[in-house]
Amino acid sequence: MSDLKLAYWPGCVSRGFTPELHGSMALVADRLGIELVELDRANCCGAGVIAEHNQELADTLNARTFALAQQTGLPMMNICSTCQGSQSECQQRLADSEYRSHINETLAEEGLTYDPEGFTNKNFLWVLVEDYGLDRLSEQIQRPLDGLKVGPFYGCYILRPKHRLGYEDHPERDLYLERVIGALGGEVVQYDGARKCCGFPIITMARDVSLRQAGTHISDALDADADCLVTPCPLCHLNLDLQQPEAAKAVNRDLGLAVLHLPQLVGLALGFEPKQLGMNKHVASTEWVQQRLEAVPASA
Amino acid sequence: MSVADFTLKVRRFKPEDQEGPYWETFDVDLDPTLSVLDGLLQAKDRDDGSLAVRCSCRAAICGSCGMKINGQSTLACKTMLEEAQSYAESHSVKGENGGGGTEIVVEPMGNMPVIKDLVTDMESTHWTKIRRVTPWLLPEGEPPEREYVVPPESMIDVTQSMACIQCGACVSSCLSMEADPDFIGPAALAKAYRFVGDPRDAETKERLHDLAQDPHGIYDCTHCFSCIDACPKGVAPMDQIMRLRRAADEEDIEDQNHGRNHMEAFTKIIEKKGTLDEAALLQESYAPGIKGKLVPKHGAVKGLIESIPTAVRGVTAGKMRSLPKLIPGVHHKLPGDAQDHVKRIYAHAEDHQVELNLYIRGEEPDEEAPEAEVEPEPDEAGEE
Repeated sequence: MSDLKLAYWPGCVSRGFTPELHGSMALVADRLGIELVELDRANCCGAGVIAEHNQELADTLNARTFALAQQTGLPMMNICSTCQGSQSECQQRLADSEYRSHINETLAEEGLTYDPEGFTNKNFLWVLVEDYGLDRLSEQIQRPLDGLKVGPFYGCYILRPKHRLGYEDHPERDLYLERVIGALGGEVVQYDGARKCCGFPIITMARDVSLRQAGTHISDALDADADCLVTPCPLCHLNLDLQQPEAAKAVNRDLGLAVLHLPQLVGLALGFEPKQLGMNKHVASTEWVQQRLEAVPASA
Repeated sequence: MSVADFTLKVRRFKPEDQEGPYWETFDVDLDPTLSVLDGLLQAKDRDDGSLAVRCSCRAAICGSCGMKINGQSTLACKTMLEEAQSYAESHSVKGENGGGGTEIVVEPMGNMPVIKDLVTDMESTHWTKIRRVTPWLLPEGEPPEREYVVPPESMIDVTQSMACIQCGACVSSCLSMEADPDFIGPAALAKAYRFVGDPRDAETKERLHDLAQDPHGIYDCTHCFSCIDACPKGVAPMDQIMRLRRAADEEDIEDQNHGRNHMEAFTKIIEKKGTLDEAALLQESYAPGIKGKLVPKHGAVKGLIESIPTAVRGVTAGKMRSLPKLIPGVHHKLPGDAQDHVKRIYAHAEDHQVELNLYIRGEEPDEEAPEAEVEPEPDEAGEE
């Protein structure tokens, strides 16, 4: 039984370098009763990089994804802050009717058309708070994350610019991670880096700066006594987790802080085991998180 | 005029007394629609005349009162007390020394030295960086006897960057500069675009070359959007940086940060595969291959070697299915003819390259509300 059915865009990275994100999302959606219709014909959002090269190209590619979602007649959901930001940027330009008809001419060849009327595209974080509801989420908890100290890490693309990301209607979207952590029974860790940049976009261009950014945020979270970080962005995950050993060198400090994808954190509270959620596929060990939770065994 | 009470929690620094930095709270009572700057001036007037704050026009034109309010870089004269209060309450903003919640937290701008209290040294960072980009016109030949004549539409492109009032809010908010103080930064790069995009300037290519070659130049921006939110005038400095990158790409300007390679590689991979193959991107960003053969460029070998431990870790952790290209990987493929359609989109878009600037064009009003009230026209329905 499901009253929440969504057109699901998993993004590239969740099917590439962070397969544990895609997998844990599927498990968690199923347990929550959210039905996901995967948009397997859809293409990369461009991550802001294609727009750097050619704005019209990025807008047309994303209009195509939106149109494919609209064919399902369902609201669209993504699981990547970067997809959210890049796609919202295109949505903003595609609201212009003259420009949109120009873009739609290109899409017509595939029998597609994008109509912004009533169309929504939300990250899983927003869906969870605004559409699923945290009360309902709390009711599903099998293993409260009692005593687990979690540092939120949003990713720039889901935070800024506010005007583009619906903050006028939802002014507290930059607090949702804290709310979800709280609803799952965890303890929110306040630290400096929660809303800063992980550095990923310049990892190939200014490697030292990029790694220093990641290393600094992880250090700050450790200083604030975090057991782990949680992020709705797989690209942040790459810099914070996959690059963590390099980031440690950049800030000249031992790090070793688990970084969870949002569906993994939710999944733990829903009673899934860390391995089911692919937490063994991380670079920074997640064992500490596991130990912390063992005091509260899963009843599911 | 209704008056309400507000508490301003101000980060103070008095070098003459060798005090600080420390926090001090001031209670003010003012009309909630007045500005945080008005609040600070009341505190200065009533409680402590030594509270240092820079201001002049009080109308978001002069750019003097840049500071951080509840952690957000902005102009104090443009931020209403009630707006700052409600943000502080909902976000229970914490200053560096903790506390906060019901107080409006006011701090000097970031990324620059503090001279006293809320007054920062604009010279050592902001103005030095502005001068770095040669912020004046470099036209060709002798100046004309009268003014330069250009078609008005050719200047439209630079109007957004011309709106800058040099307040430094973007510099204060810049997360790249926080990690790399040598980064040229959002204000100076937006200023650079103002001349790169100017049809009268004759040194466009040299300017782009300079900004792309500088390791702290256009490819040092981490795409965090902070400057877009901070700018009180809608300049969107990051968008101007992206335009500089686009212009550098069009002029085929190489850079030692592999910025252009990265963008070209990314764009090509999506054309070929529809979704991103990160392993291929990693390799291509450093060393674009020609017909499967590696053609390493300046710095590429070093970059590629540096990325190998990451790739190996990815494979052992079960994240990646293969090392970049060294072992052929399995990549998600778009089903059926989907990839052909993606390729056709490329063919179209590379042909036009339409760029829509919402700053100039303006956003269309939200039509939802009025539309709901409009009855369908019976005549039109009849005609169809």
